[in-house]
Amino acid sequence: MTKTFDIKPDQPPAELIGQLTAKARKLRSDVLRMLAKAKSGHTGGSLSAMDILTTLYYHVMRHKPGEPGWPDRDRFVLSKGHAAPALYAVLADCGYFPQEHLDSLRRLGSPLQGHPCMCTPGVEVCTGSLGHGLSLANGITLGLRIDECESRIYALLGDGECQEGQIWEAAMSAGHFKLGNLTAIVDKNGLQIDGSTREVMNIDPVDEKFRAFGWEVINVDGHDFSHLLSAFKLAEQEHERPTAIIAHTVKGKGVSFMENNLIFHGRAPTSEELKWALAELNE
Amino acid sequence: MGSGGTERVEKFSLRNAYGEALLELGRKRKDVVVLDADLALSTQTARFGKAFPDRFFDMGIAEADMIDTAVGLATTGKLVFVSTFAMFAVGKPWEQIRNSAAYSGVRLNIVATHSGISVGEDGASHQCIEDMALMRIIPNTTVIAPADDVATFALVMQMAERQAKLAYMRLPRPSLPRVYAEGEEFHIGKAKVLRVGTQGTIVAAGSLVWPCLQAADALAGEGISVGVIDMHTIKPLDEGPVLKAAKRSGFIITAEEHTIVGGLGEAVSSLLAEKLPTRVKRIGVQDRFGESGSCSELVEFFGFTPESIAKDIRESIGG
Repeated sequence: MTKTFDIKPDQPPAELIGQLTAKARKLRSDVLRMLAKAKSGHTGGSLSAMDILTTLYYHVMRHKPGEPGWPDRDRFVLSKGHAAPALYAVLADCGYFPQEHLDSLRRLGSPLQGHPCMCTPGVEVCTGSLGHGLSLANGITLGLRIDECESRIYALLGDGECQEGQIWEAAMSAGHFKLGNLTAIVDKNGLQIDGSTREVMNIDPVDEKFRAFGWEVINVDGHDFSHLLSAFKLAEQEHERPTAIIAHTVKGKGVSFMENNLIFHGRAPTSEELKWALAELNE
Repeated sequence: MGSGGTERVEKFSLRNAYGEALLELGRKRKDVVVLDADLALSTQTARFGKAFPDRFFDMGIAEADMIDTAVGLATTGKLVFVSTFAMFAVGKPWEQIRNSAAYSGVRLNIVATHSGISVGEDGASHQCIEDMALMRIIPNTTVIAPADDVATFALVMQMAERQAKLAYMRLPRPSLPRVYAEGEEFHIGKAKVLRVGTQGTIVAAGSLVWPCLQAADALAGEGISVGVIDMHTIKPLDEGPVLKAAKRSGFIITAEEHTIVGGLGEAVSSLLAEKLPTRVKRIGVQDRFGESGSCSELVEFFGFTPESIAKDIRESIGG
């Protein structure tokens, strides 16, 4: 599949790119360790979303890990809730909760449920059942608009998730209500449980669909920090329309034997696989 | 009171009372936000929308999106009321209600209109007789069915006062005779004991409270002593009055404009089965769909008139 990126990225400082790259590598290791320990969970989609989450939490979003309820914070909604391990790794690393909690993922009594739950500090709303997140983000955006709050709202969607009709109800609403503070990112890794998104139920051209509902749309390489940083900057400058960033990604990104490998959609690495994966990431 | 149909009794709109309550809340509180799904004129939320356009959102015919948008609004501290017909407020977006609204634990009020078979001519597709069951089975929910316009206004105001989580209220389409005098006080979760009887007690909710009172009065005229409890809050169920009535009268009749599966009848039966085994008769829609007809025809067809309820009870008691 050929990817066309419609962005001319700025040249961000090499130092920033270096920091984000290193951070994403560390977070990918955290995700893999967490999943291996839990012996269950979604590996592929957590890794494909990692660079997007890193860009958001370590450069784009205004937030205070020590004060999760800070009223002026930017909000993040993980609509593709099965990528919870990626979000948990980020929240722990930022300091929302102790790093040790990651070891309890998916265990009875853990604050880290299999899919995001508001019992976890830093999680804005429960997600996991697909199709909900964009509507939830719309509601948050409308509420903050009533309060004349300048916060920005980010929702991360899966590409398979865009087969849910509710995504398009929400896309229609966001366009209709001109939610300029809202940015949706589609983690377009091209795979879902039953196969390639194109073969299971083609959502393309997904960018044109958002555009038709009144969105500003930007296609980017979801693993290129200069692309992501520039796209988020453009989104911030757009006040009249919501922005959809179609992030072209690779499922399982960062670990050669997991990349584009369907097996790792909903499976955790074995202890052996973890060893190989960590060796690759730490090269 | 007593004999005769309902034609000559003055009736009052519960939907209108809801619209009034929203207006009053909107005036009193800046945090009230109302959402509807293209039925704002029918549900009466349009009046709030006209008075407070910045705090009203017509979401179009997209109920799943509406519920989740309401949840998002609630997370920003808004006191949100969501309305459409019961079929589309609960039936269509049940998974959104369960996974986003209830599981998140946000404070949210769903007030659905056009519940039950009395919707009339539109037929089974629009006659929601499963909503109380669907809401009852979700953890941490409150389920309310007011008996008249007075109760509706008071209970909507109560919903606004609560800090608790998800509350659901069902309102019928037709206007109903008044059970209560204006200004009557209500408390969510606290039943109203309206008549005390020794041979049986009716536990009724919503539109059937008034006909049950009529039935009880008619039976009293024949020397049959039947009590009536208005169980306006189906969940949490006010157990005390039911147990007391079961002990006193030894026979409980439940009455609801809802399927007998999963609603008030089953809630009362479960309580009694566990705590005080008592014979129960469930008046309601007997595990079938509704159908088209005029409201009064349907009320008669499904056995919800005072005469029909009295006959049911008379036969059950063997009087």
